[in-house]
Amino acid sequence: MSPEPTTDVGTPPPTVLALRHAAKTFGPVVALADGTIELRAGEIHALVGENGAGKSTLVKILAGLYHPDAGEFTVDGQPVAFRTVADSKAAGISVIYQEPTLFPDLTVAENIFIGRQPKGRSGLISRARMRTEARSLFERLGVPIDPDRIAEGLSIADQQIIEIAKAISLDAKVVVMDEPTAALSGVEVDRLFAVARGLRDGGAGILFISHRFDEIFALTDRITVMRDGRYIGTHDTAAVTTPVIVREMVGRDIAQLFPKVEAEIGDAVLTVEGLSSAGVFSDIDFEVRSGEIVALAGLVGAGRTEVARAVFGIDGYDRGSVELLGRPLRPRDPQAAIDAGIGFVPEDRRKQGLVMDLSVARNATLTLRNSLARFGLINGARERAVAAEWTKRLQVKTGSQEYTVATLSGGNQQKVVLAKWLATEPKLLIVDEPTRGIDVGTKAEVHRLLSDLAGRGIAILMISSELPEVLGMADRVLVMHEGRITAQLDRADATPEAVMHAATASREHSA
Amino acid sequence: MSDPRSTETVEPTATSTVSADTTKTLRDEPRGRTGWARILLGRDAIMIYLLIATIIIAMISIPRFASPVTVGFLLLDVIPVLLIAMPMTLIIITGEIDLSVASIAGLTSALMGVLWQAGWDIGIVLVLGLVIGVLAGMFNGFLVAVFGLPSLAVTIGTLALFRGLALVVIGDNAVANFPPELTGFFTSKIGATGIPTVMIGVVLIVAVFGVILHFTPFGRGLYALGFSTEAARFVGIHVARSKFWLYVASGGVSALAGIFWTLRYSSARSDNASGLELAVIAAVLLGGVSIFGGKGSIPGVVAGVLLIGTINYALRLGRVSDVVLIIVTGTLLIASVVAPSIFDAVKRRRHDRRVRRELPQAQPSGSVSA
Repeated sequence: MSPEPTTDVGTPPPTVLALRHAAKTFGPVVALADGTIELRAGEIHALVGENGAGKSTLVKILAGLYHPDAGEFTVDGQPVAFRTVADSKAAGISVIYQEPTLFPDLTVAENIFIGRQPKGRSGLISRARMRTEARSLFERLGVPIDPDRIAEGLSIADQQIIEIAKAISLDAKVVVMDEPTAALSGVEVDRLFAVARGLRDGGAGILFISHRFDEIFALTDRITVMRDGRYIGTHDTAAVTTPVIVREMVGRDIAQLFPKVEAEIGDAVLTVEGLSSAGVFSDIDFEVRSGEIVALAGLVGAGRTEVARAVFGIDGYDRGSVELLGRPLRPRDPQAAIDAGIGFVPEDRRKQGLVMDLSVARNATLTLRNSLARFGLINGARERAVAAEWTKRLQVKTGSQEYTVATLSGGNQQKVVLAKWLATEPKLLIVDEPTRGIDVGTKAEVHRLLSDLAGRGIAILMISSELPEVLGMADRVLVMHEGRITAQLDRADATPEAVMHAATASREHSA
Repeated sequence: MSDPRSTETVEPTATSTVSADTTKTLRDEPRGRTGWARILLGRDAIMIYLLIATIIIAMISIPRFASPVTVGFLLLDVIPVLLIAMPMTLIIITGEIDLSVASIAGLTSALMGVLWQAGWDIGIVLVLGLVIGVLAGMFNGFLVAVFGLPSLAVTIGTLALFRGLALVVIGDNAVANFPPELTGFFTSKIGATGIPTVMIGVVLIVAVFGVILHFTPFGRGLYALGFSTEAARFVGIHVARSKFWLYVASGGVSALAGIFWTLRYSSARSDNASGLELAVIAAVLLGGVSIFGGKGSIPGVVAGVLLIGTINYALRLGRVSDVVLIIVTGTLLIASVVAPSIFDAVKRRRHDRRVRRELPQAQPSGSVSA
């Protein structure tokens, strides 16, 4: 394949940033073998690839966090070599991360102007100027955020907007957005896109990294695909289709994105009745039967995760009951839930699903630590054997069981989380956003796995914000809105419209 | 020492896996070792080599060091630190701390003195000494685990509180007339080895804590807890319960140290063992336990305790003043914290240089998950 970008014909606007044949290795690991990206002024350019394709490494080179071992890097046609993040900023590059890190105790305006506060005549910081400049920035962006508000408690979406405001105030020519929409709700995504388009029309080049194809096709002008640390190709968004991009990303066709296997549906495994927790959710009734995949759909903040946490015993609840196979489950006791046969793959694998600094083996067997012990002592050989078995079954890619799980890619980390729960041989598996932030290939693997588990009689409760995943995987869809179940839809009735309608408002759709 | 690296070469593993899939990154060099190399080049092993080296140097350079008398006094000196270091290791691994340990030992000592003077049976006095320690530990555990208060603040408070109680109990008095056969036992040696008889009990306690930390489900849970409370809860670890029992253990063992202190010196005073908590924490950190939690081991801590003990004893034998002793201990502690990061930085630089040299050959294979 040609490493040169396959640019289209016509007179393209000037290239504002170009990175060609960049390489970066960490010891034996080649994180980036041939990173190439050309960003024009006034375009939104998508960068796609599986996890581990080298996108993050490339972004970190642009941000000045990594120094490439090889390759050429120009901004506005001038060769550059960034030593620090400050160099990158000075060259007009701003990177907006998935979860911005504002100073929580400072105001919005202070955050925007941190380190370069406008000074008044006395030489002291002029709060008034800071405030008016921040306000005019937000006016330009068309987003009403109070500059005097303390940053603490702002939504992730607002925090990103503030980072963008900061980028504008720095006259950024290039804005890199690294999976900005992963934690946003629909409305927030729309607002972010409007802001991004505004920036583009103002002449900035925007590099947009996302796993969501609908967003990529809605927003971007061109798409660059990476695979295994290499540049694969660049396309005009209007001229390609999702299958083409997916094929380039994974190097093969993904036959079926949602390999739903018809499973025999048996008796109720989980029965939840009248579950309520003041201010969080109320009157939750549902059951999950063996072999069934039940999806909990709804917007972020609808209370889906909270219900799952209460079922598993992480949080308490005020009223109602949770029964597993007809036996009541002790509230607030995750160990009891595990013993009864529930597994829980939480939404945040870095903070909840895994102990990042422990080895792959230790993580995979952490759920089994009690049953691995004889006479109270853990059998080390058996521990390693069990870990090896399950990581092999799930095809976790790691150099050694002893490597810390932090060194794995997102998709492989998620497999370790799944491994540690499957090793307990659960009767009910709760999966919360099972494919968030993982690459297309692994995503399909996870979907196939869930389908396969259901086929073997395991009941699955899946929380997902991705509508295609919900519709593709679930036998039944429960839709939550503001702490209540507003619809129960069978697979046949679960259309995108029906789910979204129940998720956004009315209860008239209740089954 | 035999060189295990002849069979388990370390560096070549780095180059032989250049066919790297991009799923691995390389923050983990030392952890990337496997088998014997991992054990023999680990942090614990280095501490033990350092300890052996220190002992050899002391034997050569300090005339009266190499004798059974040394063994006896050195061990008697380190026993209180070694004892308390055990629960302290577990507590610090969970990301908490207990600063009240020395005060608990003092309180135990004070109570023993008063009860003994009041004519109680020595057996009951010993049991009550232990009980007061356990109660003190429960108090700490209750505040930290049940109420979720920060352990640093809680135990700074109880550090003062328990020491204050000790003073209330015994005042400025000192009780010294403990039964001679008992105090004699506490300073007695096993035959001609010079090893104190009480070491048998101490070794047992060390072994128990070692087994708990390294070979039980509870111990596994402590590491998980130290890294991430949230992740620990998701695998069913009882966060509050685990912490509570650690503080109880800490109180109990501190009381044992207090009993030892009282009977070894045959003196029950309110200021017994004061300041010991810092010696313990210094030794634990020197032994490789991370103050942020999640990392550490009992063998490393034992080596750390003995290393500080040996250096102190050797320097004192060499007539070095106490002020210098403190400076040495402090420097050692800082060195132990700084050394690993310098080591890492050097290694990273070496790596980068090699990578730049070898880069053109690096051919990543295109393995994609199936």
